[in-house]
Amino acid sequence: MPELERHSFDVLVIGAGGAGLRAAIEAREHGLRTAVLCKSLFGKAHTVMAEGGIAAAMGNANESDNWQVHFRDTMRGGKFLNNWRMAELHAQEAPQRVWELETYGALFDRTKDGRISQRNFGGHEYPRLAHVGDRTGLELIRTLQQKIVSLQQDDFKEFGDYEARLRVFQEFTVTELAKDGDRIAGAFGYWRESGRFVLFEAPAVILATGGIGKSFKVTSNSWEYTGDGHALAMRAGASLINMEFIQFHPTGMVWPPSVKGILVTESVRGDGGVLRNSDGKRFMFDYIPEVFKDKYADNEEEADRWYTDQANNRRPPELLPRDEVARAINSEVKADRGSPHGGVFLDVSTRLPAEEIRRRLPSMHHQFKELADVDITAQPMEVGPTCHYVMGGVEVDPDTGSSSVAGLYAAGEVSGGMHGSNRLGGNSLSDLLVFGRRAGAGAAEYVLALKDRPVVAEDIVTEARATALKPFQQEGGENPYTLHMELQQSMNDLVGIIRRAGEMEEALQRLEKLKERARSLTVEGHQQFNPGWHLALDLRNMLLVSECVAKAALLRTESRGGHTRDDHPSMDAEWRRKLLVCTASGDGVSVVEKPQIPIRSDLLDLFDRTELEKYLTSEELS
Amino acid sequence: MSYQGKFRVWRGDDSGGALEDFTVEVNEGEVVLDIIHRLQATQAPDLAVRWNCKAGKCGSCSAEINGRPRLLCMTRMSVFEESETITVTPMRTFPIIRDLVTDVSFNYTKAREVPSFAPPKDLAPGEYRMQQVDVERSQEFRKCIECFLCQNTCHVVRDHEENKEAFSGPRFLMRVAELEMHPLDTADRVDQAQDQHGLGLCNITKCCTEVCPEHIHITDNALIPMKERVADRKYDPIVWLGNKLFRRS
Amino acid sequence: MARAEIAARTLRTDRWWLPPLTTFVGLLLISIYAAFRTFQGNYYWVDEYHYLTPMYSPCLTEECIPAASHFGQWFPALPGFLTPPLLIIPFLLGFRITCYYYRKAYYRAAWASPPACAVAEPHSKYTGETRFPLIAQNLHRYFFYAASILLLVNIYDAVSAFSTGLGLGNIILLVNVGLLAAYTLSCHSCRHIAGGRLKHFSKHPVRYWTWTQISKLNNRHMQLAWASLIFVCLTDLYVALVASETISDLRFIN
Ligand SMILES: Cc1cc2nc3c(=O)[nH]c(=O)nc-3n(C[C@H](O)[C@H](O)[C@H](O)COP(=O)(O)OP(=O)(O)OC[C@H]3O[C@@H](n4cnc5c(N)ncnc54)[C@H](O)[C@@H]3O)c2cc1C
Ligand code: SF4
Ligand code: SF4
Ligand code: FES
Ligand code: FES
Repeated sequence: MPELERHSFDVLVIGAGGAGLRAAIEAREHGLRTAVLCKSLFGKAHTVMAEGGIAAAMGNANESDNWQVHFRDTMRGGKFLNNWRMAELHAQEAPQRVWELETYGALFDRTKDGRISQRNFGGHEYPRLAHVGDRTGLELIRTLQQKIVSLQQDDFKEFGDYEARLRVFQEFTVTELAKDGDRIAGAFGYWRESGRFVLFEAPAVILATGGIGKSFKVTSNSWEYTGDGHALAMRAGASLINMEFIQFHPTGMVWPPSVKGILVTESVRGDGGVLRNSDGKRFMFDYIPEVFKDKYADNEEEADRWYTDQANNRRPPELLPRDEVARAINSEVKADRGSPHGGVFLDVSTRLPAEEIRRRLPSMHHQFKELADVDITAQPMEVGPTCHYVMGGVEVDPDTGSSSVAGLYAAGEVSGGMHGSNRLGGNSLSDLLVFGRRAGAGAAEYVLALKDRPVVAEDIVTEARATALKPFQQEGGENPYTLHMELQQSMNDLVGIIRRAGEMEEALQRLEKLKERARSLTVEGHQQFNPGWHLALDLRNMLLVSECVAKAALLRTESRGGHTRDDHPSMDAEWRRKLLVCTASGDGVSVVEKPQIPIRSDLLDLFDRTELEKYLTSEELS
Repeated sequence: MSYQGKFRVWRGDDSGGALEDFTVEVNEGEVVLDIIHRLQATQAPDLAVRWNCKAGKCGSCSAEINGRPRLLCMTRMSVFEESETITVTPMRTFPIIRDLVTDVSFNYTKAREVPSFAPPKDLAPGEYRMQQVDVERSQEFRKCIECFLCQNTCHVVRDHEENKEAFSGPRFLMRVAELEMHPLDTADRVDQAQDQHGLGLCNITKCCTEVCPEHIHITDNALIPMKERVADRKYDPIVWLGNKLFRRS
Repeated sequence: MARAEIAARTLRTDRWWLPPLTTFVGLLLISIYAAFRTFQGNYYWVDEYHYLTPMYSPCLTEECIPAASHFGQWFPALPGFLTPPLLIIPFLLGFRITCYYYRKAYYRAAWASPPACAVAEPHSKYTGETRFPLIAQNLHRYFFYAASILLLVNIYDAVSAFSTGLGLGNIILLVNVGLLAAYTLSCHSCRHIAGGRLKHFSKHPVRYWTWTQISKLNNRHMQLAWASLIFVCLTDLYVALVASETISDLRFIN
């Protein structure tokens, strides 16, 4: 066996998206030796794909905006299932985090008086999203990446070594977390390039691995989103919450088949785009739910006036929260009023001048032109729902990002609670920054307070290595690609946007069989940059996480946000008080109920009582 | 609407390799990356390729298709004849890892050599005020998805390995220009561009601009304006004379 | 670590050699024509209609036809085969040779550095524009100033030719200076001087406006470079043909 590569750090950040990088910056600024590990190249994490913007109540576009309004919108969007403390911290701190990006060199679009411009987005009462055209995620990740470089340059000046205190390990996959007793002790993984194994010893690990979308067939997510962090956390003994809530973004591309699922940013609607069915009707007016009736226009004239006069008109229903719009599109397609390729029409071409579309939505224009041969300045787009974001994730302490395992932290999409049952657009990027920073600080303080460092026992390494190499040792087993496709198909069809008990039970049976078959997977070739092998290892995580999703979804007998039950179509205030918690057990998972912490009274006072009545039980209100 | 397409894909590593022939199904609306994925799923499970977003946003899938540097995910099959043999090779300028995957660490090293944004010291977060017209030039450069196709195509390093030391390449010369034009950056970047990043090696032959998938006008808007700024500073005879007479002694 | 072993100099399957070849042939033909006309030393002035070819303007030596010397004769007659244009050609040629577009064109077409994108160049060493002589390319803006003065002279010539009426030659001279002006204004140095060098456009609205307009022209710099170059030759040819009485000018007003 070749010599094992070893490294020792104070804080290990797994993931180089917005959350991971912000956490790493914070840990390094606390003076700790920090490593960032990521599966892709540095700067390519999922965050780079975010388009629309970062939600932060800076009040630049409308002075009435403040953190309380943002908090209210977030809670409403999540149907009050959110961890209210997270929603509070998020709304309060997001503006500072955005301003901080400017000091790192970010260049957002500007208002006339030179401040950061803010745009409208679904579910946000005021124009709130700081943005750069429709490539905000790119700006965010590049800025953080450049801040990391800047810190490394400081270290170079001080120590003569760029990587003295902050080092990035790119194209590296973590397969296992290591513990010393109850505490985190490090992480084990392999270089994707060479297939060689590495052990990182560190008393604190921050998970920032993003989402799980690759378990679904139609998704806006990339190959990275295999739920690694979710699975690592569970295997290390931490718990996940809210895994039944998966956001299906209403507008993904539906044609051509090879790009099915790729996102069409919500800014298209924020900037005036409308949804039409094959009869040419703006059907969203028929789908405004009771709870939103007073905030959304019920006729086209008022909706159109809103774009220029927001004070005196209600918002167009195209800007309802994503779950509502996704369901509406689903219904239209089912009722045979869909577009030729099984979506609906999203049209800006008749709403804005071509020049303006190219200026405001350059990458959408480019994307459709190049991939679908559609000129969005002249033709409508065809769109349909696509699996986009997982609201569920590691259960964390809101203030520090700490999981239930000592030394294990989580931030970003991999953590759960903040968005409740449904995330508002733009709230993710701000979530990454706010809780990335908090997790970085939390981990740093934990490490600084430690009396002795945990150590990784040798047998953990031996076992992790054996698990990782297993697919090479077996012969005659199945190809991981086949299994992956079956998993995606099952999840898409049976635990997708509209759910039924029977189908989910079937999904669970299929998952059992897939787990069985996954044990005897076979991969060809060798360890060096071998995508078949990588997939085989990721598959293990996808199966574990999918089981959480299916089990939790089956248990929750109501419809709320990103969880819609055909057999339980309404929201149930009793269920609002319960979280479903998923933990690893045996080679599967177990899901149990847990009471939700009641909302602090001063935060409740921010809402009208009539509104609260729609969500809370009478017991809670008295 | 599907047909059997002919492909030649470079396979190998730093000990050698060759173009390998494949015949593979091609369907309507597909891009080259889809075909590479089909090869992985059906014929060559260990074929190495980088990708993430499949929408031209992350800059991972850079390679050369029929000899032209391009993103695999943004090259539609419909631009080729059905009878055409399509050759896919890794980027040439960087060391090979395996198949279509190259070692792009050169770019990260160069990125680290560009001094970071230097804001005015007395400006607190939230107090930054910038006009849209003033940020637009740098914003164009910030569209860069770091696909490194420009770095790969630039003949200064593509054809002359020995220049890698002295030359940062179009991507990072553009980064210098971006900071130089940033309305709040206080550092002086003109001499650096010429002396540390090798601006003088660029002979403005524009291949970087030709291959940039983001259609950034790298040469016209970043490199030439930087050359002009250098000319302001270094090749203005009056300034030069002044320096000679007064500062040297 | 080594690069991927690919022997072919390029795997491009398109006709990548066509654009550099076209450029090369184009530049060669024009150079031959220009050299011929320069040393011909004749047929540059049409006395009847006051047409002066831009190639001989300003005509500053004592062998010039006196009427063609709009700005006087500053120098004695040149010895031997030397002709008056040789005094201005260094500036005109210098302007074009150091022009950012022409640099690209001839580096590719004449020096194959590189012949086309992703096609290996034949040279084993490359130092770009860091050493003598190519470092002198940085002097482009001084040639720009010089060329701007010559442009003013050409404009004067074109306008003063109207004193005799209006013929096809007048139109040609006018279009010629129009194209030359557009080419000169679209110059990268001009764009820089006009506003590009500023850090804060918002503080200089007029220069910003000028910069945006020049930027639009600058987008067409290549097209303008060719159009103006070819048209200068055509203008000269026309003047030469009229001056040598090979053809007669088409007159509209006389
Ligand atoms: C197309 C699209 C558009 C979006 N638009 C918006 C928007 O406009 N506004 C908004 O707020 N949100 C948006 N989102 C959502 C948002 O972008 C994501 O939720 C967010 O970027 C997640 O960031 P993260 O830091 O949690 O993880 P990511 O950025 O996904 O990073 C995850 C990191 O973890 C690493 N990783 C994962 N597993 C491992 C492992 N096993 N070992 C090592 N490293 C690992 C990955 O390599 C990666 O570096 C969008 C999402 C998509 C897909
Ligand atoms: S213009 Fe300069 S930087 Fe760009 S490819 Fe040519 S030589 Fe390289
Ligand atoms: S400038 Fe263009 S070609 Fe170069 S790395 Fe950036 S996006 Fe790619
Ligand atoms: S996969 Fe992201 S650019 Fe091609
Ligand atoms: S750049 Fe062509 S003339 Fe100045």
